[in-house]
Amino acid sequence: MHKLLRRLFQHRLLWPFVTLVLLLAVNAAFNPGFWQLQWRDGHLYGSVIDILNRAAPLALVALGMTLVIATRGIDISVGAVVAISAAVAALMIGGELVVKGGVQTYVSRFPMGIALAAALLAAALCGLWNGLLVAKVGMQPIIATLILMVAGRGIAQLLTGGQIITVYYAPFFFLGNGFLLGLPFAVFIAAAVWAGLHLLMTRSALGLFIQTIGINPAAARLAGLRERLITVCVYVFCGFAAGVAGLVISSNVKSADGNNAGMLMELDAILAVTLGGTALTGGRFSLAGSVLGALIIQTLTSTIYSIGVPPEINMVVKAAVVFVVMLLQSPEFRAAVRGVVLRPARSGAR
Amino acid sequence: MRRVLSRIDSRFVPLLGTIVVFALTAGFGSVMYSGFFSTQVFLNLLIDNAFLCIVGVGMTFVILSGGIDLSVGSVIALTTMVSAALVQQHQWSAWQAIPLVLAIGTLFGALMGWLIQRFRLQPFIVTLAGMFLARGLCYLISIDSISITDAAYTTIAQTRIALWQDGPSITIGAMLALLTIALGIWLAHATEFGRTVYAIGGSESSAVLMGLPVARTTVLVYTFSGFCSALAGVVFTFYMLSGYGLHAVGLELDAIAAVVIGGTLLSGGVGYVIGTLFGVLILGIIQTLIAFDGSLSSWWTRIVIGALLFVFCLLQRAFESRR
Repeated sequence: MHKLLRRLFQHRLLWPFVTLVLLLAVNAAFNPGFWQLQWRDGHLYGSVIDILNRAAPLALVALGMTLVIATRGIDISVGAVVAISAAVAALMIGGELVVKGGVQTYVSRFPMGIALAAALLAAALCGLWNGLLVAKVGMQPIIATLILMVAGRGIAQLLTGGQIITVYYAPFFFLGNGFLLGLPFAVFIAAAVWAGLHLLMTRSALGLFIQTIGINPAAARLAGLRERLITVCVYVFCGFAAGVAGLVISSNVKSADGNNAGMLMELDAILAVTLGGTALTGGRFSLAGSVLGALIIQTLTSTIYSIGVPPEINMVVKAAVVFVVMLLQSPEFRAAVRGVVLRPARSGAR
Repeated sequence: MRRVLSRIDSRFVPLLGTIVVFALTAGFGSVMYSGFFSTQVFLNLLIDNAFLCIVGVGMTFVILSGGIDLSVGSVIALTTMVSAALVQQHQWSAWQAIPLVLAIGTLFGALMGWLIQRFRLQPFIVTLAGMFLARGLCYLISIDSISITDAAYTTIAQTRIALWQDGPSITIGAMLALLTIALGIWLAHATEFGRTVYAIGGSESSAVLMGLPVARTTVLVYTFSGFCSALAGVVFTFYMLSGYGLHAVGLELDAIAAVVIGGTLLSGGVGYVIGTLFGVLILGIIQTLIAFDGSLSSWWTRIVIGALLFVFCLLQRAFESRR
């Protein structure tokens, strides 16, 4: 039993999990109907379902970001990539109301499959650009992705002409608003990406390779690892994941906004990864932790709304959470606290 | 030509590149658009980007020391908000409000610097949290824009200092920007603080072994950046005559871009404050060009700045590998 407890306390996901449970408890205390689920029109309704649905795009971005951070990198262009992918999809689908044989039907400009593929391809190309700058040119990741962060939003605005493009094509709305087996479809997308990634990381050596690059890139190269290729692939995946998130977001709001879609998303994604216990210095990473981190951020937002605190405080609370989490992660801080807590006890014993 | 090039100290190459790009852009504008080549247009670059200049000086020191400061834009917003609230809602005079907001910004920077230094936290994350905190504090004061009608503020905002009789003029904000640049150059090259910043950026462990006050200087670098942000916020308040939580969104990226375009290496240790001035002027002249053209939309600014950043980063890499 003692051994089990110790293993539990040493588990890396313990603290993110405890944070989430505490937040949910606060929610339940202030809002008695928080855990209530209703079955209506063939799917589930409730606060928890809502949180899951809204956290899905952030979880997707955070998954891609986790791998990038694990290789000692960072990708601050994901928000812009979200905007680009949303803009491409919205432009290619467009949608018109046409009367065909007396029935009103919505027609998309290109077949939806092609439009979605093009959006994801554009997002993956953005990732490829970042990856090449980092791995081949050797720029610092934060600067390499800063270029796309600045220019990418300009490109998204160029695509949408600075306007909000509204989509009129019902099948597209399924991505962000549809339900499968009673649960939001977006949750299934995020879960599928996570499961696929998890299998790839644990069933193949790729996860180990990525950790190796993060711990010591030079040693990884000397050990015969194709370090640059893997780094490029990781950035491509991060772009792809941001692209999927962009599709879900634009489908959810039935439009694409080049100016504001995915705004500050990079910061939330990095926050989710950090909350999930992956250190920004690279190396060990936790995919499940990042998903937990995304859930924590979304629950925090919902909590702030549900307990009636003005939403303006949201950012202050978020800042406080970041400060606490990073201090807890710092060995120096833990040593300092231990010094303060233990010293009086020791001198008292003497 | 080659002999001339080889005679130039290799440390000045990125800086010279920046100045040449600025001169070429200015020349292009002067040839293409009538009315572009006038002293007032060039002084307007300084007037419209005074706050960016001031923030850029602080950011240059942070980047020279090998760090980064993402909180500058929100500290500007917080400064405008606190000034506006004090002056408009609590009837403080400008002379009471300005020292207070400068102290707030300086303290804010010092606190982040202390966290970074004392607990070995990453500057990126600490200043990111600082960014959230400062913006959040703005919204706590008010979610709406507060416009300033105080006599002292409007007078300072409208004061123009003519260079000569009936000639082109600049504002107090632009004067403050030039003063800050001068202060930055003096700090970087004539003080122990400046030499230590360069040493830390070159190699922090070597700086420690040399017995330089690394811990104190690291905290001071972020303190100075906080002070610069607050001063930029004061200038921004004069410029906009209002306090608003959404002021200066994304300004930290413009500041970093200006520093990089100004020839400061992001790996730290190499760069000049005067380069940042030219970096800011290049960003400003691109906006002016697009405004003069009239047919280009505003988002082209972002794309061109991104492309410029790309080119300068490539040049930096080439320069680094040659050394």
